[in-house]
Formats: sequence, C-alpha cells, structure tokens
Amino acid sequence: MTNWNVILFIARTHLLTKLKSTITASLGVTFGIGAYITLVSFMTGLNQMLDDLVLNQTPHIHLYNEIKPSVSQPISRYREFEDALNVVYSIKPKESQEKIHNALPVLHYLNEDERVLGATPQLNARIFYLSGSIELGGNLAGVDVLEEARLYNLDDYVVEGSTQALKNTENGILLGAGLAKKMSLKPGDRVQISTVQGAITPLKIVGIYQSGIAEIDNSRSIANLKTVQRILGEAENYITDINLKLVDIADAVPMAAQLEKQFSVEATDIIEANAQFETGSNIRNIITYAVSITLLIVAGFGIYNILSMLIYEKMNDIAILKATGFSGRDVHYIFMSQALIIGFLGGLLGLFIGFVLSHVIDRIPFETQALPTITTFPVNYNIGYYFIGIIFAFISTFIAGYLPAKKAEKIDPVRIIRGN
Amino acid sequence: MPGAMEHVLESKNINKYFRKPVNFHVLKDINFSVLRGEFASIMGKSGCGKSTLLYVLSTMDTGYEGELYLNNQLITGRPHEELSIIRNQEIGFVFQFHYLLNEFTVLENVMLPARKLGRKSYDEIEHDAREKLKTLNIDQLADKRASRISGGEKQRVAIARALINNPVILMGDEPTGNLDSYNAENVFQIFRRLKEEEGLSLLIVTHDQDFAERTDRIIVMEDGRILP
Repeated sequence: MTNWNVILFIARTHLLTKLKSTITASLGVTFGIGAYITLVSFMTGLNQMLDDLVLNQTPHIHLYNEIKPSVSQPISRYREFEDALNVVYSIKPKESQEKIHNALPVLHYLNEDERVLGATPQLNARIFYLSGSIELGGNLAGVDVLEEARLYNLDDYVVEGSTQALKNTENGILLGAGLAKKMSLKPGDRVQISTVQGAITPLKIVGIYQSGIAEIDNSRSIANLKTVQRILGEAENYITDINLKLVDIADAVPMAAQLEKQFSVEATDIIEANAQFETGSNIRNIITYAVSITLLIVAGFGIYNILSMLIYEKMNDIAILKATGFSGRDVHYIFMSQALIIGFLGGLLGLFIGFVLSHVIDRIPFETQALPTITTFPVNYNIGYYFIGIIFAFISTFIAGYLPAKKAEKIDPVRIIRGN
Repeated sequence: MPGAMEHVLESKNINKYFRKPVNFHVLKDINFSVLRGEFASIMGKSGCGKSTLLYVLSTMDTGYEGELYLNNQLITGRPHEELSIIRNQEIGFVFQFHYLLNEFTVLENVMLPARKLGRKSYDEIEHDAREKLKTLNIDQLADKRASRISGGEKQRVAIARALINNPVILMGDEPTGNLDSYNAENVFQIFRRLKEEEGLSLLIVTHDQDFAERTDRIIVMEDGRILP
C-alpha cells in the first residue's frame, strides 16, 4: 500500500527546499543528455550524408563485361599433355566484345523484377577532348538522363545547366567540371571530341557536371545514350554497362551472384565495392556513444553525491517518518522519486539544449567541393534519439539514486532517535 | 473476557540483549500491561532500559524475545511493512527532541501521518489537523514553517501529529525533558486532558519525579527489570 501522493509531496518539498543542489544535480544530467543529442544528431547527420554520397551515386549492382584472359588455356584441355608442365608466354585477353550481350532484353527483364527500383543502361566510351592542338584523354558516358536523375540524383551534381537541357539537346554534353576549367569552357560553348578511331564530333555544352571527386571531374562527361552510340557508330543495342538500383539494398549480394550466372556477365554489388564504408560509420557511432555515456556517468556520480549528502542531512527526518508509520519502502520511494525527478527535468532540459545546439550546428556554413548540394553542416533530427536520450537520463539517475535510497531505507529509526 | 479487553498494550516475558559492544542483558522478563484510558509513566535511572523498553513497545525495535500484544493482538514477528501500518494507525509518538520535519509547515507536519494512512480525503485531513491544533491552542501556527516556532510550540505540534490518526495509545520518550517548567506543565495538562476527555491511553518515559507522581501509575525500572 503505497500512497504516491504523499511520497511525491515529500520528494517535491525536499527538492524545492534544496533548490541549489537540485539544480546542480539536474544540470549534470542536462549536460550529459545535451551533449549526447548534439553529438548523435551531428554524427549521424554526417554519416547519413556520407552514406548518401556513396549510395546516391553508386548503383547497387553494376553489370558489365570484363576484359580478361580465359581462365583455362586450350593446352590444358588437351589430354596428351595432361601430366606435362605447360607454360604459355604472353597470354592476351580473350577476344570478346565490350557490349553486354542481348542488353535490351536483359534491361527489360530487370525492369520487370519487383526487387528492382530501376535498371539503367550506360555506354562508356573512351574519347579525347580536343582543345586546339591539345588532346585530353577521358571518357564519355552515354546514359538515359531522366532515369539517372530519378535514381542517382544526377541533378544534384549538375552545378550549371540542367539535366533537362541535356535531354532536350541531341548533341548536348554535361562536361566534367575539371575539364571545363582546363579548357576554359562554359555552358553554351562547343567542345570537339574524338573517338579512339579518330572520328571527330562537335558537342554543345549544356551544363557542368561535378561529382566532387577530382579524378572523375577531370576526365568524365555525360551525354545522351543515343548520342554516344551515334558517335561510336554503333547500333541502339550497344550498351556496355547496366546499373541497378534495388528496393532493398540487402538483396544486392545474392542478386549479384544470381545475375552473374544468369547472364554470364560480371556483377559487382555495392557492399563489395564499398566495404570500407561501414567501418567508418560504425567507429563514428562508437565514439558518439562512448562520449555520451562518459558524460552521463559523471552526471550520475554527481547525483549519487548529492543524494547521499541529502540523506545524511535528513537522517532525523527519515527516522521520524519511519516512527510515524512510513515504511522503509516508502522512504526508498521518496528518495528514488527525487532522483528520477532530477533525471526527468535535467533530461528534458538536456533534450532542449541538444536540440538548440544541433540547430546551431545546422546553420554553420559548410561548403565543400566534394558536396555541391551541401551548404551547412548536416544534422539528423531523428526523434528516436530524443527517446533514447530521456531513457538514458532515467537509467543513469535510477542507478545513481538506488544506492543512497537503499541506505535511507535501511536506516534504523531507533538508533537515530536515541542517538540524540 | 471483559477484563482482557481493557488491555491496550501488553508485554509477556520480554527479554532483550545488546550484543555490541559487549553482551548485555538489557531487558529482563518484562511483564506488564497498559489499560485503556490509563496514564502510566515509566521511571528509572539512566541506562536502566526504560527507553529501550519503550522502543520495543513502539514496534520500532524488533530485536527482542517474548511477546507483545496491542489491542489483544500479537504484534511480535509481523513483517516490517505491517508494523509501520500499525505505528501509523494505532500508536502516537512524542519524543524529547521535537522531530518535526523542518521543510514543511506545521499543518503539513500534522497532516503527514494521516495522508500516509490515506483513509480520508485531503480536505478532511486538513480539517482534522486544524481541529487538533485548535484543541492544543496552536491553530494560529498552522501555516508557519516548523523550523520557525519555539520549542514548547514544537512539542505541542508533535503531540497534534501523534494524535492525527486517533491512535489507541500515545507513547512519549521524555516529552518534557527538553522544556522549561512552564511548557512542561502545559504538555502535562494536555496529556491529562487527552486521558480524561478522550479516554486515550498514555505511556510516558520520564525523569521528572513531579510529572510521574501526578500520573495514574508509576512503573519503576532498575537494571532491566520492573520493580514490583
């Protein structure tokens, strides 16, 4: 039979009469939770941005034909030399075509698959950019512009001009930002490109493309698939790469293996391609939690101290409460509720301060070549972290309050009353 | 058994030992009882065990042998939770040092045991508490902080608090020991009136010969025994 009204009334009175200690203890929690929210919002914002950076641009599965030598040379199949030591000098790559066999039916088939968000064709051509007498090596990607914009946020990386302009201009090209700078070109200008075979085609620059990775921006440009096919003098089914974006990224690994067998092409999945990426995210998360938990432990010691002091001061009160009919459990609840009230108020204020600080961080300008769409530091306002924060506050104050409250529960009133 | 009904508090063969710092037999075969409406006092030299006995009778000290009855019901061996409910409802306490809760007002101090009991609404309890204060002539202090009133007043507030749940017995451990003669007399008169007007049983440990002689019965203790 616990009368919570009375217990909370006593707890509240204790807290209000010791306002300074209460505020000190609460501020400890506030700093812990505030730092947690700020750190976790910023860190996960950063993680998400970096994830997006890779995920947005990178297909989940990439299908292509690789130029490589045959795995087994003809001589090893010849029975008579089975036991002999065969040495073949200067093996050459197998003579095969770069294009994906039956690319259009394959593309159609993949777009029907319900696991696939979209499959896009791509034609990568090695070309030279001509600038006067200078030839710059590079490559030109022929793509389905609208699909690229839908699936891989191509728009975000077009810093001048637009993808729509490319769609509408048959001889258009989105020039790599590094190339544009080297050749002093701007949208509206014309650039001449030459294929490996030597055919020269003039293209109109409709925009500048900046991926953020200098090496790519110095060599790669984007044009319509048909344009590139025409430049190369190839048919409409000449496609060198197929990029897949999946509904669920977890399907990438099994599906890549399956497609590799099914269409006898090379299939690289995103997890294979970006194995190091997860590690970075995990380490940042560990740092965030380590710092926050350290702060909360410090706050917990503060609460432990203040409650212990309070109980020491309130020995007589505890004795009298027990003498007038409050049980040990009641006394325990009185001090536990004080700890939890401190945790709740401090935690709530901490959430607020964390929110304000992350808002401030959100406003700090952060401009980088690598991320043309980002203008301020990225912050993740996930409500889940606020729940975790307040639960943290409760757990740490519960642990900090438990021992002092247990001590108060055990106080023998007779000893205190007689001691005087 | 009409005779037995009259026993409010009864102890049978109560023995108690202190183990620390040395083995010490502090209460030896205590057999006695308090009748309904009786005003009894316990006297004895320092260290004779009278306070120890009071704390055993109060149910706060459970480390004894023998049997203790309150309202003819065996109290010995009951769990702590139950004992605190018994203390809350049946027993009122007054101590030598007033032991009010300093952060609370006088009224809140008086109300606390009744709020713990939780039988009545807040308004009823407040009304009762003001009534108790009024009968002790300290109703004007109700809204003052307990730390702001004088020693004699504190003791009267403590008595009001002890009475708030209408206990069957009021126990006091030298309730006048720390008061000047005027306030001591005042407290004695209050006890007297409670006995006569409300039929309350009182058991008061005292050093004050004058005080004891005016009670119904003096229980004298020596070396842990009650003298016949």
